[in-house]
Amino acid sequence: MSTRTDQPDTTAGKTSPEKGASPMKSALSLLWIIGIAAVVAVPFVAPSLKLLFTFAMAKGLGVLGVTVLLRAGQVSFGHALYFGIAAYAGAFLMTAMPSTDFLIVLLAGVAGATLASIFVGLFVVRYRGIFFGMLNLAFSMIFWSILEKFYHYTGGADGIRLERPTVFGSALNFNDFGMILYYVLVALMVGLGWYTMRWFNSPVGNLFQTIKTNETRLEYLGVSPKRALLSGYVLSAALCGVGGVMMGMAQGVVTPEYVWWVRSAEMVFIAVLGGAGSVQGAFLGALIYEAVRTYASVYAGDVWQMILGGFLLIIILFAPGGLIGILESLFKRKSDKKGGGK
Amino acid sequence: MNLAIFLLALFDGVAYAALVFIVALGLTLIFGVMRILNVAHGSLYAIGAYATVSLTGYVLALGFAPVLAFPLMIVSAVLVGIAIGGPLEYFLLRRIYDKSEVLQLLVTFAVFMILEDVQRLVWGTQPYFDSSALQVLGNVSVFGVTYTAYQLILLPLIAVVLLLGMRFFLRRTVTGKLITATTEDREAAQSIGIDADKVFLFTFVIGAVLAGLGGALASPTTSILPGMGADMIVLSFAVVATAGLGQIEGAALTALMIGLGRSFAVYLYPEISVLVPYLIMVLVLLVRPEGLFGSPAARKI
Repeated sequence: MSTRTDQPDTTAGKTSPEKGASPMKSALSLLWIIGIAAVVAVPFVAPSLKLLFTFAMAKGLGVLGVTVLLRAGQVSFGHALYFGIAAYAGAFLMTAMPSTDFLIVLLAGVAGATLASIFVGLFVVRYRGIFFGMLNLAFSMIFWSILEKFYHYTGGADGIRLERPTVFGSALNFNDFGMILYYVLVALMVGLGWYTMRWFNSPVGNLFQTIKTNETRLEYLGVSPKRALLSGYVLSAALCGVGGVMMGMAQGVVTPEYVWWVRSAEMVFIAVLGGAGSVQGAFLGALIYEAVRTYASVYAGDVWQMILGGFLLIIILFAPGGLIGILESLFKRKSDKKGGGK
Repeated sequence: MNLAIFLLALFDGVAYAALVFIVALGLTLIFGVMRILNVAHGSLYAIGAYATVSLTGYVLALGFAPVLAFPLMIVSAVLVGIAIGGPLEYFLLRRIYDKSEVLQLLVTFAVFMILEDVQRLVWGTQPYFDSSALQVLGNVSVFGVTYTAYQLILLPLIAVVLLLGMRFFLRRTVTGKLITATTEDREAAQSIGIDADKVFLFTFVIGAVLAGLGGALASPTTSILPGMGADMIVLSFAVVATAGLGQIEGAALTALMIGLGRSFAVYLYPEISVLVPYLIMVLVLLVRPEGLFGSPAARKI
C-alpha cells in the first residue's frame, strides 16, 4: 500500500526538473566521467598525488554518509564515530588474527559501523534538528573518551597499528598494497556513489527525504518516519564505516583522532562545501579539501579551523548550493546561451 | 565508602554542578528566547576563563591585593558578553533567524570553530592556572573534611542567586516581561511595540555573559586548556537537554543530578566518570524525549 501511494511522487519529482535541463545534465555527467577517468589515471600520471587521492576518496566516502543525512534535513556532528568504529574494528581484527584477508577487514569494519549505528540509531532517530545533531556529537565523544581511557585495549591516545592485510592470500609490499587500495577505493567511490543515488530515488529513499519536506505527511501515509530515518542513518553510518576502515588501512594506524569531534565537523564542512545533498559534491569537496589542507596547513596550521569556520559561514550565507550548486549554475548559464532562441 | 569520602564526593558534585548550571543557564536562556542552540557557547566559556586568568595575572603582578580577583571575574564575563556576544548576534545570528534549524546549528558551529582557533592564537596551547581567588577565601572544615570555601560556599551561592535572580528578572521586571512576551509570540509582541531585535540582542548578551561568568568562576579550580570549550558545550547541552530545552529551574536540578552522578562515579568507578552525564541524559531521554521538565511540543500541520 505504502509503496503504491508514493509511486506518483517519485516520478513527478524526477521528470519535472530533468525535462528543462537535459543538455546541461548530459554535459555535467560527461564531466563526471572525465573526472573519474582522471582519478583512475592519477597513479600513473602523477604518482606523487596518489596518497592524497587515496585519503580524499576514503574521506569522501565518510562525507557521503553525512550527505545522505543532509538529504533528510538532518545534520550529525558525530559521524566520525562510525569512521572510527570501523577503523578500530579492522585494527582489532588484524591484531587478533594477523594476515587476515583485506576483504574480511573491510567487511568487519563496515559490520562494526553498521551494528553500532543500529544501536545508536534506534535512539537518535526519535529526534530531529538540534537534538539529532547534538546527540550524535555526545555519542562520538563518549566513544572518544572510552578510546582514551581504556588504553590497555585501545592503546590510548597513541592508538593501535593496523597491520597490512593480505590480499587474496598473498602478502603484498607497501606499493602494491597501496595500488590495490587505490583502485578498490575508486571502485567503491563509483559503486557506492551510484548506489546512493539509486537509493535516493528508491521508495525507501524517497520516504527518507520526505522527513525534510513534510514529516507529518509521511505519518498520514502510514509510514513510520523513525523507521525511514533509521534506514538512512544505517546507510550513512555504513558509508562512513567503509571510508573509515579504508582510511585505517591506508594509514596503517588508527588513533582516537579518528573519532575526535573536529573530524566530524570536517565531514559536515566538506558535505556543505561540496553541495548539501549532492553525491558528486561529497567527493569533489573531499578532494579539494584534502588538497588545500595538504598544501595550506603547512602555512596556516594554527588557524586551520578558523579558515574552515569562515568558509562554512560564507557558503551558508552566500552560496547555499555549495560547489555543485556553483558548477551547475555555470553549466546552466552556458546551455542557456547556446539555446538562446528558446 | 566512609563518611569522609562521601562528603568529598558530595562537595565535588555540588561545586561542579554550580559551574555547569551557570553555563547551562545561559545556553537554555538563549534557546528559550531565540530558538537557537548556540554551539559557540562553549567557546565563550573558555574565553571567559582565559580572560580572567590573564586579567588577574596582570593586575596581581602590578601589586594589587588578590581580593581583586573577584571583581575581575565579573569584568571578564561582561567583556566576553559585550565584546563577543554582542557582535555575534548583531552581525551574524540576526541574518539567520528565518533559516532552518540545521543551518542555524551549522552557523553557530562555524563560529565555535573560529573561536577555538582565536583562543589558541591569543593564549597558545600551554595550560594556565591561577588559584589566587581560591586562596583568598581559604578552607572550611565540615565533619573533619577540609574543602575550599570558594567551591563549597561561593560557587553554590552564586548559582542559587543567579537562579532566583533569573526567575525574578523574567517574571517581575519590565525587561524580563518583554523578553517573555517576545518568546511567547514574536509577531504579537512586535505589534504592541516591543523592539524584538533589541530583546534578542539583550538576551544573547546576557546568555554570553553567563557563559563567560561560568568560565571565570571555573578558572581558579581547573587548569585552562584548549578543548575545554568543546567539553563544556557538550556537557551543558546534556544538562539542558535532560531538563528540557528552555527550562531554567529544571536545568538547576539536572545540573545537580549530573554533577553528583559524575563526582560519585569519580570515587566509585573512575573509569566511567566521564560517561555518567551522558548515561543520565540517554536514560532520561529514552523515557521522556522532551526532557524531564519539558512538555511535548504541539505540532503544526
